Amino acid sequence: MVEHGDIRVVHRGGSKIDFRQPVITNDSRFLLCTSGDCVKVFSTSTEECIHDLQGHTDLVTGVLLRPSNHLQVYSCSIDGTVRLWDFTDGILIKTYVIGCPIYSIYASANHEGVIFIVVPMLSDKRSELFQLVAVHLPQSGDQLVESRELSAVLSSVSSNPADIAFGRGGEYIASAKGFQLKVFFFKKQKSYEFSLKEDNKKGGLNTFTCVACHPKDDCIATGHADGKIRLWRNFNHKKEYTYSTLHWHHNAVSSLCFTPEGTNLLSGGVESVLVQWRYNQESQRDFLPRLGAAITHIAVSPDGALFCTSHSDNKITIIQSCVKVSAVIQGLVKGENVQTDLIVDPRSKALVLNGKPGHLQFYSLQRDKLFYNLDIVQQEYIHELGLEQFEVVKAAFDASGTWLATVEERKQKSAELEVNLKLWAFDEQTQSFVLNTTISAPHEARITAMCFRQATDSQTTMLVSTSKDGHFKAWQLATPAHTEDEGPSWSCDFVGTYHGLVPECCCFSADSSLLAVSFQEVVTVWSSTSWELLTTLSQPPGAIRDLCFGRLSCSKYLLGTTTKNLLCCWNLLTCSLEWSTSMDISLLLADPLSENMAAFCCQAGCTDLFVFKPSEPRPLFSHKAVCSGTVTRAVFAPREKMLDSCEENGQWLNRSQLHFLTQYMDLMTFTTKAEDDRLMASSKQLVIDDSVAMTPFYLLLGKHRHQQQQNEDPVSSLSAERTALPQSSVAIKELLQTPAHVLPSTSFLCSMFVQSLLISVTDPRENNKKAEEEVESEKEEEDSEEEMESGIVRPDQAAVSVQAAESAAPTPTLTKAQVRELRRLKKLDHSWLAGLLDS
Amino acid sequence: MASFKPTKIPVYPKLGEKVTQDTLYWKNYKAPVQIKEFGAITNIDFSPVTPHNFAVTAFTRIHIYGPSSQEPVKTFTRFKDTAYCGRFRSDGQLLVAGCEDSVVRLFDVSGKVALRMFRGHTKAVHVTDFTSDRYQILTGSDDYTCRLWDIPNATDLNVYQEHTDYIRCGVTSKLNRDLFITGSYDHTLKVFDARVDKSVMTMDHGQPVESLLLYPSEGLLVSAGGRYVKVWDLLKGGQPLVSLRNHHKTVTCLALSSNGQRLLSASLDRHVKVYSTTNYKAVHNFDYAASILSLALAPDDQSIVVGMTNSMLSIKHRKSPEESREISGQQRRRPSYRVFVKGKNYIPKQDDYLVSKPVKQYLAKYDKQLKKFNVSKALDCALEKWIRLRNPEVPLAVMKELDRRGTLKNALAGRDEQQLSRLLSFLIGNLVDVRFAPVLVVAAEMILDIYRSILGQSPVIDRQLLRMQELLEREIDYQKELVEVLGMLDTMFASSLPKMEVPCSSVSRSNGLSQGEASTSRPQPQVT
Repeated sequence: MVEHGDIRVVHRGGSKIDFRQPVITNDSRFLLCTSGDCVKVFSTSTEECIHDLQGHTDLVTGVLLRPSNHLQVYSCSIDGTVRLWDFTDGILIKTYVIGCPIYSIYASANHEGVIFIVVPMLSDKRSELFQLVAVHLPQSGDQLVESRELSAVLSSVSSNPADIAFGRGGEYIASAKGFQLKVFFFKKQKSYEFSLKEDNKKGGLNTFTCVACHPKDDCIATGHADGKIRLWRNFNHKKEYTYSTLHWHHNAVSSLCFTPEGTNLLSGGVESVLVQWRYNQESQRDFLPRLGAAITHIAVSPDGALFCTSHSDNKITIIQSCVKVSAVIQGLVKGENVQTDLIVDPRSKALVLNGKPGHLQFYSLQRDKLFYNLDIVQQEYIHELGLEQFEVVKAAFDASGTWLATVEERKQKSAELEVNLKLWAFDEQTQSFVLNTTISAPHEARITAMCFRQATDSQTTMLVSTSKDGHFKAWQLATPAHTEDEGPSWSCDFVGTYHGLVPECCCFSADSSLLAVSFQEVVTVWSSTSWELLTTLSQPPGAIRDLCFGRLSCSKYLLGTTTKNLLCCWNLLTCSLEWSTSMDISLLLADPLSENMAAFCCQAGCTDLFVFKPSEPRPLFSHKAVCSGTVTRAVFAPREKMLDSCEENGQWLNRSQLHFLTQYMDLMTFTTKAEDDRLMASSKQLVIDDSVAMTPFYLLLGKHRHQQQQNEDPVSSLSAERTALPQSSVAIKELLQTPAHVLPSTSFLCSMFVQSLLISVTDPRENNKKAEEEVESEKEEEDSEEEMESGIVRPDQAAVSVQAAESAAPTPTLTKAQVRELRRLKKLDHSWLAGLLDS
Repeated sequence: MASFKPTKIPVYPKLGEKVTQDTLYWKNYKAPVQIKEFGAITNIDFSPVTPHNFAVTAFTRIHIYGPSSQEPVKTFTRFKDTAYCGRFRSDGQLLVAGCEDSVVRLFDVSGKVALRMFRGHTKAVHVTDFTSDRYQILTGSDDYTCRLWDIPNATDLNVYQEHTDYIRCGVTSKLNRDLFITGSYDHTLKVFDARVDKSVMTMDHGQPVESLLLYPSEGLLVSAGGRYVKVWDLLKGGQPLVSLRNHHKTVTCLALSSNGQRLLSASLDRHVKVYSTTNYKAVHNFDYAASILSLALAPDDQSIVVGMTNSMLSIKHRKSPEESREISGQQRRRPSYRVFVKGKNYIPKQDDYLVSKPVKQYLAKYDKQLKKFNVSKALDCALEKWIRLRNPEVPLAVMKELDRRGTLKNALAGRDEQQLSRLLSFLIGNLVDVRFAPVLVVAAEMILDIYRSILGQSPVIDRQLLRMQELLEREIDYQKELVEVLGMLDTMFASSLPKMEVPCSSVSRSNGLSQGEASTSRPQPQVT
């Protein structure tokens, strides 16, 4: 492992899992969903992510169980490929190259070897017209298959996957777009079209939003933008079709789904209520209310026992037979914008930002998992169009993480701004934050900034908030004055103004003795103990945008950026400008654990990053074009374990890691090469641990693996232990890594395995030659063996060395004959697999 | 699936007096026992020995009450005219009393007829007391003299003619048999020493002195006269220590709570004030029906006895610890403990299978309606009379919630006369409350919008609307005045604050901005 100092910008978790309909496997154990460029496999019982099916190079737009093999799954992507996966082991089986972006995928048991995909009408990517095409998947043993013969089924369909559905075992396909429903019968090769009027008398909007077909009956359910559900029957006639209307939703129906037996119809919409309609007894409805956020997709497991709903807040809920929520898979919630800054909780090291409406989310960066949502507003969430909600706009932690301050506000038309400042204390027992004080209307106008004093031992905790009303206020934890009060609460300690100007940012110095508040162009420095105005600093023109005190050895510096593209550094000992430079800095932030400062600088539509120390003239690190657009939210997250990178430009990442949000709400971070490698290694280990159960067999294998890893470890000496490695494990490993369903029966393997434990008596020399021949013929399949070697050794040599090692090994090994036998079996396997594919 | 989040009822900071340790202590008395006497009650004195009977001097009689009886256990009626100042001796055996007819009478507590009669004063005797050696009596009279009498011989030992006005109060030292202090309407307090036959110390109170009190240590003297209560340091030669002006009428009586931590003063303004003797701040206040003339505290503060000008005697007994607990329990009968633990104290055995039951969420009536989106009914539930009157924050919170949901208008609309008048009466009651105004103003505007068309159809509603208008006009005037006062205060503060020099660096000086003084900091009341 050679350390390269190159630092890359990478996506760090938090991709959308509610983009497309999730899929529950036949045995209801796994749930598959699209997540950015990969497909994630979750366990339905433990909510853990088991595999990432990685391979697509662009956004994955659909997941579908293969109708003919319930252990395999198709996925399609904008990159123009359909991939077939084995999801239990996370192996890519085949890649079909289609050649144009795919927006959704459908298949039916009736149409074997054919999948239906939605592609743009024209090859132009920007085209707004889409068509449904059937693709015959060619059967071949190759990994990469080109299949570009597309036959159009329906033209001008919607790209939304919910708008197309197969009916009654694939006899027909229904597609809705705009005000038109098309049904195409495969046998007759005929399509019928039904259209609705644009809107009815009562002002409802008849646009189709989703389609579902009854699995047993000739019935199509369609959802509409005005919340109605229509059940279409008799649609194989042009004129005599009928439909009945169900109406409960008050807003657009976003998803419809029949249960596998067709007894129930599930519908969901923005109300976040899952409605279950009895088929043929539509007056009976069951509700599962308050699922958290708008329902975007509904899926039912093939046995009908589990439902799952995707929600617009990046969440998948697994529901047991419409009664009980059994599991919640929650990703990073991303709104349109993060109004609270990115913050790191000092206690749990979780990233904290806006989550669901009125909540703060605590998101673990290490595990890419949402810890929990903290309900800030504590009000029943009512969705209605045009209704203003309370939004959490500011949040701040104190240094030890015992206090959290939040600001929520609601702006109504024709009414005053409602602002609440809430202070939360960390409760050790429940391990979460408990509301301590609510201050309604802390300021008369919007709060612009808020920060805690980094409390040293002797001082009490203090919060400073600045507001558009021209005041800044200091809040202090007051001890209870009366006997009846339960505990201390917060109250206002000081109100400060400066010439009636509006304060924009505030910042405490590292030793918390000074408070800097910027009033437009002027920075005022106050003593935090006596509330005296100590000095004013100014560097016109341009109002101050960001303020930052230096840390540690640079704590005498105060840095500020102005709207007129100036970065200024003041020395507080001399109260004079130390240096300034002209840069359009959109965000300036200080690393709490080192002297480093990071500045995101916007230039020509791209953002550059500079990392520097206030005391040094040259930047430590600079990265051109980090991403497109401006970066306005970023945070230094402290590392759990310090890196010991000695590279000069990577040192700033040793103590903490820089995360930032791009304009498109992607969470990015900077990593070094060394870190990447470590991450890879750990993830591999994780998979092994996950997939193998603790059996005696595992113990045997586990030992081998352990040794293997020791070998791979660069620190330990290479040759000494390599010779001791029993080579029989290769065969066993091969045997174990092939999926169970493609292996011969266990009884067949068992006898061979037992034999392998016996000491061989055959002549090794003879076997060697035979083995060598085989090795040459199976170069492709030697991958696993090569990995164990140093990688540069050519296969022939490798085999020789293997043989040598084997002969030297005193432990019971497989005889060469048996190895060969196994290999032969493996070959057999593949042909068998191919046969399966053909069928 | 999250459960329904009930409407949050905000806790507003309590206005008015804060509950302190003192409030709890002095509130812990039973309802007073009221006894009608024959005339104004001028003096109350507790017997120093158990069972701590007390002598009440009223008109021509002295009644002695037991600690718990409501009937006098003993009555002395042998006075020719109004009796004054019936006091017990330190052994509780003898009682002395002055009289309007200038004769001082000494009684045996168990007897009826006066044991001795001390004649010598020429005018009414308002002050009598025993000296600490028990054998002498001090008297003070309206003839400007005070005398010491010998009990066995019934003769006067000495006459002190130093005061120049009526002597209306006096106290003897409990530690020295020769020292006594008198207070007079000539505004002075005089400390006399029987050994030197003249006053040794004179202090000027500034008002006619009505009452005197010596601390148990006898280092401090408290005097009451006019509206003032003054504390004097006797060890520093009668230096005034504190002057308290908490009453707005003449203070008539003083008392010390049994542990000496609290001082009580009673006044003609019908209040009894309790002061802390460490910082002399008023910590509690009792109100009575009439002007108070006399006040006494039983040992250990077991009872407070107050005599008033309307000849009513009010006795408040302290609650025993059991009683104070009982009463809170009696307010509402709760199911017994057994009901609560029924089936819950079962300890599961090893093989038992535990069936977990979901915890039921109990919702208030208005929350149940809100959950069903019945906005009008929810508002009705919140406006029930007992809720509306007892805690107006509940209807307020519901209105706020409805406003947030955008359905307040629907909830307010479609009401009949009775319901509307109920709404209006709630508005009139709470509209000008600063804490409630932001929500209620919105509601009031909506009501006016909705019901504008029916104005003039119902006299009840019209009257209420007129009242509301009047209320708002008054509030606006009031606010204007407040703003004026605030402006005045601001100018005063600004002129009184010294100009502060702001140290300026060369950089900041170059910015052209004038160096301003630090802003005035104004503490603002905060809602928590």
